[in-house]
Amino acid sequence: MPAHETLGEMLAARGISRRAFLKYTSWLATLMALPPGLAPAMADELAKARRQSVIWLSFQECTGCTESITRSFSPTLEDLIFNFISLDYHHTLQAASGAAAEHAREAAMAENKGKYVVVVDGSVPTRDGGIYSTIAGISNLQMLEETVADALAVIAVGSCAAFGGIPKAEPNPTGAVPISQIVRNKPVINIPGCPPIPEAMTGTIAYLLSFGKLPEVDALGRPLAFFGESIHDRCYRRPFYEKGLFAKSFDDEGARSGWCLFEVGCKGPITYNACATLKWNGGVSFPIQSGHGCLGCSEPDFWDKGGFYRPLSTPLRDITQAAAVAAGLGAAAGLAAGALHRAVKKDAAAHHHTVTVDNLEKSS
Amino acid sequence: MTSDAFLDLVRGPLFQIALFIFLAGVLVRLVEILVLGRKTDFAEPRADGTGAGLRSVFSRSVPEAGTFKRSAFTILAGYVFHIGLFVALVFLAPHIALVRDTFGFGWPNLPTPLVDFATVAAIAALVAILVNRLRDPVLKFLTTFEDYLAWAVTFLPLLTGYMAFHHLLIRYEGMLALHILSVELLLVVFPFSKLMHTFTLFLARWYTGSAFGRKGVQS
Repeated sequence: MPAHETLGEMLAARGISRRAFLKYTSWLATLMALPPGLAPAMADELAKARRQSVIWLSFQECTGCTESITRSFSPTLEDLIFNFISLDYHHTLQAASGAAAEHAREAAMAENKGKYVVVVDGSVPTRDGGIYSTIAGISNLQMLEETVADALAVIAVGSCAAFGGIPKAEPNPTGAVPISQIVRNKPVINIPGCPPIPEAMTGTIAYLLSFGKLPEVDALGRPLAFFGESIHDRCYRRPFYEKGLFAKSFDDEGARSGWCLFEVGCKGPITYNACATLKWNGGVSFPIQSGHGCLGCSEPDFWDKGGFYRPLSTPLRDITQAAAVAAGLGAAAGLAAGALHRAVKKDAAAHHHTVTVDNLEKSS
Repeated sequence: MTSDAFLDLVRGPLFQIALFIFLAGVLVRLVEILVLGRKTDFAEPRADGTGAGLRSVFSRSVPEAGTFKRSAFTILAGYVFHIGLFVALVFLAPHIALVRDTFGFGWPNLPTPLVDFATVAAIAALVAILVNRLRDPVLKFLTTFEDYLAWAVTFLPLLTGYMAFHHLLIRYEGMLALHILSVELLLVVFPFSKLMHTFTLFLARWYTGSAFGRKGVQS
């Protein structure tokens, strides 16, 4: 693919009509809650877009995010757009290795100074100088700082990059931190999930290509278009929650009847993601539809929220020990207070003086 | 702090602290009362006090005809509030889930619309009781800060709980965190205020009933 080719030319060469492309941008505009009038503008801008240089950095991660984006079902326009971007550096997908790979990154940085987008999956270890994860002898921390210095924007893909994820789980042996904690002077957008929904990744990239800026985000830096509503709000099992019909285990009558999974630990009510609407594998299903509660994977520290199978209404810490100590101490203090009162009473009785008529005669 | 981290805080350490204060406080006060005891009654009892004591625990829940006539509003609103609170506390599925998670056993929950009805009734009754208290000059004169505090810490969990369940006003995790925080406030205030009547009322009724029974008078 020649470097000067625009997205419109590439799509035309692959037999995608303008009508089909407009349909896609309308869908995208609707999905991202943009005014409908923006769809043609988006199509025009996207069609004119030149290949966007993308440097994909993989740190403490499992490659699940890359699997998610590359395995997003049959060829779609999202796929084509993903193919269209110039992925100049990506461990899993690039052919080059060793010094050649690092050279590709440096070359892309130099050629597209101030214009390239850095996508990061994985968290960054900071303990002991960040030695727990290195690439070509360079620590993740150093590579990130060096690479984002001249970047246009940073997209933190997956819960590890967005919030620290599993590497940051207690006791966080490597001192893992999310990308936003290191990159302070560049716009960082978080697309969390373990893995994130492919459409959330490609949609955000398409928005960036169309408008040259990042979409509107929530307090946790997530695009509102995909993370604006909770799983629970859009869950097809919601009517059962409203009625108070809950599965108590994974094989009881309630589970077989498709009742709400709140009591078997579903974190849907506090999880913001598009799983219940966009679904997975081309809209086939999502975890709750397959009978398992939501793990809350697009929320910070989802790993340390007291267990996947414990309901949201339960305490995060063990309370039995605290309760036993409290009961013991309370009872002991009660006994002591009671004994004290009895002693006071006994003392008063012992020192009791009988008052006689003579006392009235005494002058005080 | 994000509402997410706030929720973790109230579900974690704050709940532990509140529960500790509640349990220790309630036990201190109950054990203290029991240890203090009463003077031995050397008089020969006319009848056994046990039956009368047990009967009193329940019979005193039914208001006397004269009393009811004089303060029908207070008694009715009191009933609506207490029953509503009991239903919301004991029969809402997430509350039972908490019991099951802690003690390993539970009981069936009521359908949500019924719990909803009870909750709204309890909230309405509490508001009516407060308005009545503020409008009646005698009641207002007798009301202390502790009364307002007891009202507030009971009202807030009901209100925030209802709003959390129905996703009103703010996002669920924030309202759920506020709900749990308000419950923690209730737990901390409970042992050191007149809210202790939840437990002491049974002791008092038993004592009065059994004393009357021993004397052979109707309790």
